[in-house]
Amino acid sequence: MRVTVDGGACIGAGQCALTCPEVFTQDEDGFGTVAPGHEDGAGSPLVREAARACPVGAVVLVEDA
Amino acid sequence: MTEAAAFPQDRTCPYHPPGAYTSSRRTHPLSRVTLWDGRSVWLVTGHAAARALLADQRLSSDSTHRDFPVPTERAALRRRRRPALLGLDDPEHHAQRRMLIRGFTLQRAERMRPRIRTVVDGLLDAVEAQGPPAELVASFALPVPSMVICELLGVPYADHEFFETQSRRLLRGPTGADVEDALARLEAYLGDLVDRKRAHPGEGVLDDLVARQLETGAPQREELVQLATILLVAGHETTANMISLGAFTLLRHPRRMAELRANPALVPAAVEELLRFLSVADGLLRVAREDTEVAGVLIRAGEGVVFATSAINRDTEVYAAPDLLDWARPARHHLAFGHGIHQCLGQNLARAELEIALGTLLRRLPGLRLAVPPQEVPFKPGDTIQGMLELPVTW
Repeated sequence: MRVTVDGGACIGAGQCALTCPEVFTQDEDGFGTVAPGHEDGAGSPLVREAARACPVGAVVLVEDA
Repeated sequence: MTEAAAFPQDRTCPYHPPGAYTSSRRTHPLSRVTLWDGRSVWLVTGHAAARALLADQRLSSDSTHRDFPVPTERAALRRRRRPALLGLDDPEHHAQRRMLIRGFTLQRAERMRPRIRTVVDGLLDAVEAQGPPAELVASFALPVPSMVICELLGVPYADHEFFETQSRRLLRGPTGADVEDALARLEAYLGDLVDRKRAHPGEGVLDDLVARQLETGAPQREELVQLATILLVAGHETTANMISLGAFTLLRHPRRMAELRANPALVPAAVEELLRFLSVADGLLRVAREDTEVAGVLIRAGEGVVFATSAINRDTEVYAAPDLLDWARPARHHLAFGHGIHQCLGQNLARAELEIALGTLLRRLPGLRLAVPPQEVPFKPGDTIQGMLELPVTW
């Protein structure tokens, strides 16, 4: 799995970092980002919860082929 | 076809949604309701439909739109001015939101916690010194968010009393003229504050915006005043009502309250469940700009849409036994803070305030109980913001 946050859509609600702090964080300007080294989702079951929690669908999960 | 129910309706219990909001949800996630002015609009009560529609930008938040739903006569009396942030659609909304979000991150909310604790402890010191009994809305629930907003905006301590007095008139003033006057005074004050911060920058959210303005030329002074006003209004009454209604709900659920006292680590989960259970912002409003279909229903351009979050957050498709208060349930994905581009900017600050306010109240007043029978505690009549008018307690 590849996890990304669409910075253009992000509204800084912080839901991703609240739901799955292991994988997501907020940068200094408040935008959700994936913690370095955790772009594969780190096997956390909360990644999908975070994607569902994002109010604007900015958390994008791409499954491995 | 049955006659459309009225919206809003009074809650018959302060913490349960009016029965009319939930009665048809299983078969119809959308139904028709009639507003005070006779207008018929859609009422959304299903969770999936609400998520889809709140994320759909064909629905507009422009309150000056001719067809925008006006939920109460009192709301109609308010100046028909388009509020900053809340009343804008993208792309204008996105530009304003992006200026603000760095002031409302999880990290910023965490950094505010020591100040929130000081505010909460100071207010409870006064409550304890003057009581028992006490009236918790005026002495605790309203001043907590007011003082936190002062901290957030960087309002100097000497001005807190002015700010508190005027914002209380703005929220609960007895007449429309009173509300208008308070708004004018607050806007004048915030304009002066912006000017002072240009000369002497500090560390509040308003200071961030002023610094940004000095760098890029945007936003303008008037826009800064409008944004500061919105932060004040949006963060005050809602948080205060969650504190008062949250405390009342705990007092009516003694076993749940005992669990929190025995294990304070449960408080964050309890706050999330109380947000779901109480849904104080019960009536989010939109107007369809284009025809929009959801759950087999066609919403036509120009039709009003009202979201009953109290019913949405008790949808049995999402929450088992939704009318029970349960700290162990996964309360996530509730829509108490809305959904889509307008989801509450201050939600992480609100969580911190609620955790500290309710957690400290339980810890410091172990004998806390209602001072009058529960049916005599006055709560707000049906509106789009629910809460207590007074909360008489003793200990």
